Amino acid sequence: MGNPNKVKAERGIMRWVDDRFPATQMMQDHLTKYYAPKNFNFLYIFGVLALLVLVNQILTGVWLTMSYNPSAEGAFRSVEYIMRDVEYGWLIRYMHSTGASAFFVVIYLHMFRALMYGSYKAPRELVWIFGMAIYLLLMAEAFMGYLLPWGQMSYWGAQVIISLFATIPGIGPDLAQWIRGDFLISGITLNRFFALHVVALPIVILALVVLHIIALHEVGSNNPDGVEIKEKKDETGKPLDGIPFHPYYTVKDLVGVAVFLFVFAVVLFYFPEGGGYFLERPNFEPANPMVTPDHIAPVWYFTPFYAILRAITFDFLGLRAEFLGVLAMGGAIAILFVLPWLDRSPVKSIRYKGWLSRIALVIFSVSFVVLGVLGAIPATPARTLTAQICTLLYFAFFILMPVYTSIEKTKPVPERVTG
Amino acid sequence: MKKQLFALLFALVPLMAIAAPGPDVPYSMTPDLQDKESLQRGMQLYVNYCMGCHSLEHQRFSRAAADFDMPQDLVEENLIFSSSLAFNDLMQTTMQRDDGDNWFGAAAPDLTLHGRLRGADWIYSYLLSFYRDPSRATGVNNAVFDLVAMPNVLEPLQGVQEMVCTETDQPVPGQSPDPLSGKYQSCDVLQVTQPGSMEPAEFEEAVYDLTNFLAYVGEPSKLQAQTLAPKVLIFIFIFGVIAYFLKREYWRDVH
Repeated sequence: MGNPNKVKAERGIMRWVDDRFPATQMMQDHLTKYYAPKNFNFLYIFGVLALLVLVNQILTGVWLTMSYNPSAEGAFRSVEYIMRDVEYGWLIRYMHSTGASAFFVVIYLHMFRALMYGSYKAPRELVWIFGMAIYLLLMAEAFMGYLLPWGQMSYWGAQVIISLFATIPGIGPDLAQWIRGDFLISGITLNRFFALHVVALPIVILALVVLHIIALHEVGSNNPDGVEIKEKKDETGKPLDGIPFHPYYTVKDLVGVAVFLFVFAVVLFYFPEGGGYFLERPNFEPANPMVTPDHIAPVWYFTPFYAILRAITFDFLGLRAEFLGVLAMGGAIAILFVLPWLDRSPVKSIRYKGWLSRIALVIFSVSFVVLGVLGAIPATPARTLTAQICTLLYFAFFILMPVYTSIEKTKPVPERVTG
Repeated sequence: MKKQLFALLFALVPLMAIAAPGPDVPYSMTPDLQDKESLQRGMQLYVNYCMGCHSLEHQRFSRAAADFDMPQDLVEENLIFSSSLAFNDLMQTTMQRDDGDNWFGAAAPDLTLHGRLRGADWIYSYLLSFYRDPSRATGVNNAVFDLVAMPNVLEPLQGVQEMVCTETDQPVPGQSPDPLSGKYQSCDVLQVTQPGSMEPAEFEEAVYDLTNFLAYVGEPSKLQAQTLAPKVLIFIFIFGVIAYFLKREYWRDVH
């Protein structure tokens, strides 16, 4: 019969439901009696926005599949069919393609917020790890989705990324062929990417989002001060610095949602190509296995990692440069997973950390952006050197973190949240 | 509200940082999809001079007719030449792919998405940059697309253009200007040496119309987007204002 102390509605339909399903209890646990710190700033909007964009991607994606044809012969044409002959097809398609970029914009800002305020630190390690898993799968999701329009950049971008697997010593070439399902990228690859993009990965991502939120609600949100609001409660057990998520943050988030939607709509209607970075120019030409584009650049959200990949230009310890590049790229993402255990600081928020942490975060952020720019443009010797320096700085941020977070002098953390 | 504005600016940063480099071409033009007459003239030029070889395999006659305010009978009489094509059909050429390959050495590409692939500036410059070159099988070459297989189909309109050595006001890389005249010597200046049926300015106008049409064909939904966008933005704005006051009301009790 479940927990007898469950909160139930007094009577009516809700009572009938509550006797069978913990609706009122869940509503209280996650909304009306879920206490969030009252001092969130605007950086805390990006989690909600990520959820919004996820819903957007799923809904527009469902409608796109209704007219999309996942075959090498029909894919490109069906996208143009959606753009021209399907009622509002252009709007649905642009919502999806702009949504992909928006997803990464909000996710990167969401992660940056976590880095700033130490939201990955105990007891929120699992929140962070689930989030990282979402990020990783999102990259796979975006990569596979990008093949579907079957344009030149779809084809050759996928060609470059899949051939990364071929650099693994021994099993590499066979592994790449197994992923493609063919000797080169073909309709077979397109079909399996379609299946993974629209069925498999979304299911796993949704499940992880649920885990991410359950873990978050178990420990409660961090805040810009990095103060645990659960440590100071009133006599009823309600955190003194907490306010119910609903209605306070639901109405506040609506304002953020409106601001986001405004920017999103401006891009969608006036700059759907995002200056050639959301929809790349060569992708307006159907995939042609016989003609390689002059310059193959991944979509902007992958460029920092692509720059790290290209930065490794030398063989080392008998391993080939290409493989080392793949390792560096993988390592750049993998190291984020162990972040909670690299930070030894007694405080969470950048507000109370020492100047070493602050400088490190600035250098890291700048390196990441520089890598992003370098990954989008053709390599030259000077650019490769810059990318190598930025790659070093990127890794130094993590590898040196146990040192600089433990030797620096931190400021005293207040008892209660500030303003 | 100040914070929200800051958030908005913050969200725009990535957009400002990425000004995509345009193609390096001599001329530029800005498409004007509201200029229906220009689009109509462009379409007329297209079906008369281009469609013999180049398909627009994603563009329907009927869609262009609706977007340019052209009645069906007028389109059927004046713009559809093949008896195998109907008003609702895609604008396919009747030339076979292999014929293009055999006659010109390259199949004529479909141009539906050329406006987005190459950009309007490129198309405009390309069409203006043919010049006489007797060494080529077609008798012409192109300053924007070297060794292009396409003949200069617009020559009857433009006249014969040649690449000549002359003085120019445009700076030439690696050359200092003449101290007296302040001009440069250049040997890649394009000049019309035998007039065609159009004056140079008139021809540029025609090429503008044709490019404008191709820019439209690349993304006809832009017209719909331009109509819908203000409505959506005003809706979101009003929604945002209401949400802001709602938030302010609720947050009165938070201290």
